[in-house]
Amino acid sequence: MLSTFFAVLRRDLLLAWRSRSDVLVTLAFFVIVVCLFPFGVGAEPNQLRAIAPGVLWVAALLACLLSLHRLFAQDYADGTLEQLLLSSEPAVLWVLAKVLAFWLTTGLPVVAVAPGLALLLDLEQGALPVLALSLALGTPILALLGAVGAALTLGLRGGGMLLALLILPLFVPVLIFGAGAVEAEASGTGALAHLLLLGGGLAGALALAPLACAAALRISTD
Amino acid sequence: MQWESWSAFWDMGGAGAFVWGSYGVTFALVALELVLVMQRRKDTVKRLLRWRRAVGKDGSGRLGAAQLESEQ
Amino acid sequence: MADGLNLEKNHMNVKPRGPSLFRFAAPQMFYPLAGRLAPWFAAAALVLTAIGMWLSFFVAPTDATQGEVYRVIFIHVPAAWMSMFIYLVMAFWAAVGLVMNTRLSFVMSQALAPTGAMFCFVALWTGALWGKPTWGAYWVWDARLTSQLLLLFLYFGFIALTRAIEDPRRADRAGAIIALVGAVNVPIIYFSVKWWNTLHQGASVSLTKAPSMAATMLAGMLVMAFAAWAYTLAVTLWRVRPMILERERHTEWVGEVLDRERGRG
Repeated sequence: MLSTFFAVLRRDLLLAWRSRSDVLVTLAFFVIVVCLFPFGVGAEPNQLRAIAPGVLWVAALLACLLSLHRLFAQDYADGTLEQLLLSSEPAVLWVLAKVLAFWLTTGLPVVAVAPGLALLLDLEQGALPVLALSLALGTPILALLGAVGAALTLGLRGGGMLLALLILPLFVPVLIFGAGAVEAEASGTGALAHLLLLGGGLAGALALAPLACAAALRISTD
Repeated sequence: MQWESWSAFWDMGGAGAFVWGSYGVTFALVALELVLVMQRRKDTVKRLLRWRRAVGKDGSGRLGAAQLESEQ
Repeated sequence: MADGLNLEKNHMNVKPRGPSLFRFAAPQMFYPLAGRLAPWFAAAALVLTAIGMWLSFFVAPTDATQGEVYRVIFIHVPAAWMSMFIYLVMAFWAAVGLVMNTRLSFVMSQALAPTGAMFCFVALWTGALWGKPTWGAYWVWDARLTSQLLLLFLYFGFIALTRAIEDPRRADRAGAIIALVGAVNVPIIYFSVKWWNTLHQGASVSLTKAPSMAATMLAGMLVMAFAAWAYTLAVTLWRVRPMILERERHTEWVGEVLDRERGRG
């Protein structure tokens, strides 16, 4: 059972490594979106500091959304997905492996780069670990929820916009608790409650999203 | 009766635009929805009748499976 | 796909006149039933609306603090209730469809969605028009308003997804999944937004209504809520009928229905 998990994980990571420009483009998108905000709202440090958590989180959310189509599209096009669904292995397992590979190649780079970008926005340095932690807990939830949406919109015309419409409302709680954690830490009230809620959300998403995603994949490839 | 006159009724204590704006838009939307639903029924019936003529099953009777496939 | 269709139909032909309510799960039974019931619900909606409007404007007293503008409540609150309730019913039919594999349930949930979205928009619109004179702003980022807005987006997502998929079988099931995912998320969204709202007490607008509400006000609101129920039933049944015809167009009974329609002009 676990061997399937690791086989799919290794395969997806290998494929991502071979097309690493995709990963870099996602990361570049994240950086550029964050850098646009000072031009839009003005470079006043106090103001930038106030909006920094929200800006970083919204940018991370958009970067995740824009790369989600990569999650199943290739496997759907070349028939791998169908083979996986026909195999006797539990779908939940390899879906989880695929989502993990996706998060390692898009979520993790964002988590790594975010603290550096936060300095550009003059975020208090004490809040940087909380920022990284909140993103590390929150972006997997985005990937798991997004996987359900990506599975449902597989192969549809205009699937990208549809995907955004379907899952952005579902991302709102993650955004609230993620950005809220950073803000709470920066203002000195402590981020523990936010982080615990994010962790709980991650546990819930880990339990439910792969099931929904596997069901959605079956429906979309039927 | 709590309104001294019709104009007092329409004025709604100075908030006429807000109250009647709410009720007006609501009932307009309800009417629009009903029109759209009726329209859809008519369109569906018309389209299905045309479809039945196109597959050569004007009268009653079940379509053959082969015809069905060619239609889809 | 055609196989599945025939299979299911054969299955239904086994017992078209069963003793239980379940026989109305067969489309050829439900279609005429819906046609017979809808006008009654529509009439009930009309009568209830008339009574409700009379209660709202001529019986309910002027509010002590808000004056006359509070009369928006008689559509605002029923619309908000209805929009949430319809989403739950939609998710319920989606779940029934997935578990029991009955196509009629999927059609029901898709027929409910536009009406739910309409009520959701009405609740937001009337809320904005009520908010301006009472709190001085058309919109505040209050927990209830914000969740209502997100609910509207969930409706849009469901409608857009089911319309974007051409294969009805896939559209049914995909829509059912997103309806269920949405239903699980609605309480999470509500509580997260509420939490966020208490932390950002910016405008500090208290939306709590006066604790003592005149009995006639409550009566008006309830009658209008029942009117909204009856309206929803009527319009959903009317919307379901052509959807059934469309999906069952290969069957004999739809042929007979269409012949009758043509005879009528």
